[in-house]
Amino acid sequence: MLIEENHIAESGEFIINMGPQHPSTHGVLHLKIWLDGETILKIEPNLGYIHRSVEKICENLSYRQFSFLTSRMDYLSSHINNEACALAVEKAIQIEATPRAKAVRILLAELTRLASHQLWWAAIGLDLGAVTPFFYAFRERELLNDIIEQTCGARLTQNFIIPGGIMQDIHPDFQKRVKEAMQQIKSKFDEYDQLLTGNVIFQQRLKGVGYLSPENAISYGCSGPTARASGISCDVRKKVPYEGYDQLQFNEIVRHEGDCWGRYLVRIAEMRESVSIIEQLIDNIPDGDFQAKTKAVIKLPKGEFYQRVETARGDFGVYLVSDGGNTPYRCKFRSPNLSNLSAIPEIAQGSKIGDLVAIMATVDLVIPDIDR
Amino acid sequence: MQNEPSYSFSALAARFHNWLDAAIESDFILQVTELIITGVLLLVFLVLLCFFLGYMERKVAAFMEIRLGPNRVGPKGSLQIIADTIKLLFKEGLTPNQADKFLFNLAPAIMVITALLAIAPLAFAKNFQIWDLNIGLLYVSSISSMAVIGVLMAGWSSSNKYSLIGAMRCGAQIVSYELSVGLSLISIVVLAGSMQISEIVESQANGWWIFKGHIPVLIAFVIFIIASTAEINRAPFDLTEAEQELTGGFHTEYSGMKFAMFLLSEYINLFIVSAIAATIFLGGWMPFHIGGLDGFNHAMDYIPSSIWFFGKTFLIIFIIMWFRWTFPRLRIDQLLNLEWKYLLPISMINILLITAMTIFGWHF
Repeated sequence: MLIEENHIAESGEFIINMGPQHPSTHGVLHLKIWLDGETILKIEPNLGYIHRSVEKICENLSYRQFSFLTSRMDYLSSHINNEACALAVEKAIQIEATPRAKAVRILLAELTRLASHQLWWAAIGLDLGAVTPFFYAFRERELLNDIIEQTCGARLTQNFIIPGGIMQDIHPDFQKRVKEAMQQIKSKFDEYDQLLTGNVIFQQRLKGVGYLSPENAISYGCSGPTARASGISCDVRKKVPYEGYDQLQFNEIVRHEGDCWGRYLVRIAEMRESVSIIEQLIDNIPDGDFQAKTKAVIKLPKGEFYQRVETARGDFGVYLVSDGGNTPYRCKFRSPNLSNLSAIPEIAQGSKIGDLVAIMATVDLVIPDIDR
Repeated sequence: MQNEPSYSFSALAARFHNWLDAAIESDFILQVTELIITGVLLLVFLVLLCFFLGYMERKVAAFMEIRLGPNRVGPKGSLQIIADTIKLLFKEGLTPNQADKFLFNLAPAIMVITALLAIAPLAFAKNFQIWDLNIGLLYVSSISSMAVIGVLMAGWSSSNKYSLIGAMRCGAQIVSYELSVGLSLISIVVLAGSMQISEIVESQANGWWIFKGHIPVLIAFVIFIIASTAEINRAPFDLTEAEQELTGGFHTEYSGMKFAMFLLSEYINLFIVSAIAATIFLGGWMPFHIGGLDGFNHAMDYIPSSIWFFGKTFLIIFIIMWFRWTFPRLRIDQLLNLEWKYLLPISMINILLITAMTIFGWHF
């Protein structure tokens, strides 16, 4: 039995370790790859290189503090992660954020989603060997980062959302700057399409590569654009609306290709949808308080509470068990990236090494979110 | 030769030769001396060229990628590449423990030597050539295909699996694309009736082949540019390096000056490929002539021939650099498909067309 376990490769097979230090794993993901020539026979993801025991630390932090850690998990959706924590606590203590806070939360969430997708667009170009898109996307992402920095002081790991509202009121220039940024970003989408989407080599690299069937997408628990490209309608903003997403006009982008090209198109379309959501809201931010009245020390009633949100990468869930104290008894995050990653060994089987890079890029992994 | 312009290098070279001839008794020593002087001059020229190409690449990239490029060291950052070279010189040249040390250290030298050898028959200006041998094009294509040995050696001896994959890709890639490059070269050999670089250039005295040869030569030119981009491992065909897949490919394990030699050979190869394309398709040092218009042709002759040569070469270098900052990389099977299913059949039909064109005299 022991001998069988140690026997890891057949003769003629070739094992390479992609990561933990590899330019296109976007972090410390380790993939053990069995190869036959350039063809992938088997992949084994190996996690644990970034384990920071976020969930355990959260159990020692108060409900106002613990969302600070979540913005370090999926650092490209930190606003949305914070929103999930705040919503879970709000659900437990049965308060609601003020209308002004809700609008700002949606705006910031969509700005974050847009910035995240822009970074993804930059990275997919880079992963497939086109360096120029990286700089083009960062030119626009910088606008968004500047706005976010002006609003909440941080550019990447923002902590602006607290139970009951937002930490402070938005900057007076916020609306003007967002509108300007949206104008500029909208005008650049065509340039993106010309540079990368319309490129023959780029399309060849993505079309038909890394097919994820709808059944597999469900059974692996994929969510977000990864699942929506396989024809699964799973947008939490539409299915279980929170914050007032149900009052906004936007489309859930669902495509049926299931391959890298489908995932690419979903995200490209989602960027335009986010812009449209922001444009609907930016002139209609209600006046009033930005915080609801909460107690200084929040104590949750006994019980279990769960809140889902749609981050840039999919369904993010916060599960809280409370014993009535001011810290969670048990805290668990359901992160989209772990489930999305679990589908990669299945969909990458039989493709080439170059395809694996494309697959990882289109699944859009953020590694600290996988292994918390 | 009767109305040799005063700025020609050949007059200078002839004067220098006469002076050496008078000073040195033995013919053998004279030849060796001249050989060494030529070699040293060539090396100086190539190092300067690589400095310039490195600078140019960064500036072209900066121009296309909305960034600034080097702008701190020296005026407009022009000394940046010298600073980089000094840095690379002082870096530790690592050799991996399990590597085949002899081959590992030999590989960069082979890369540079093959690149240097291939430059011999190029005509830099009118009557200015190191070695005008009668099989110039054959020599260049055979020498430049030897670079694959250097890459395979580097990849295999590194004892790194990524390097090995990179080297294997290189073997498949360079050997395949060599065919299209060769067929494109042959199409001009057919038209010019010679493999000698000087005669090919002279045959374009009444118009460059790209204009005289109609569409078939244009096709050959495009195929040559694509295939030679692949042969010198530049994006979008840089699969042997493929940083995002193989973390550097065949030169992953190289550091310091050994790595710089790969870079050096890449730039020399870029120059050679562009110079060959300029020579056989765009007339080399031959000014822009139109058959029959003697007054116009005479006016064009006043521009020094070396400026024509370098102008055309750098135009092609710019185009090849442009590819790099615009296109994503292909996958290895797509790369081989492109060669075996498209470029090679097209070049084969094209060469038939060009042969027919030459036999029936359809070209100008």
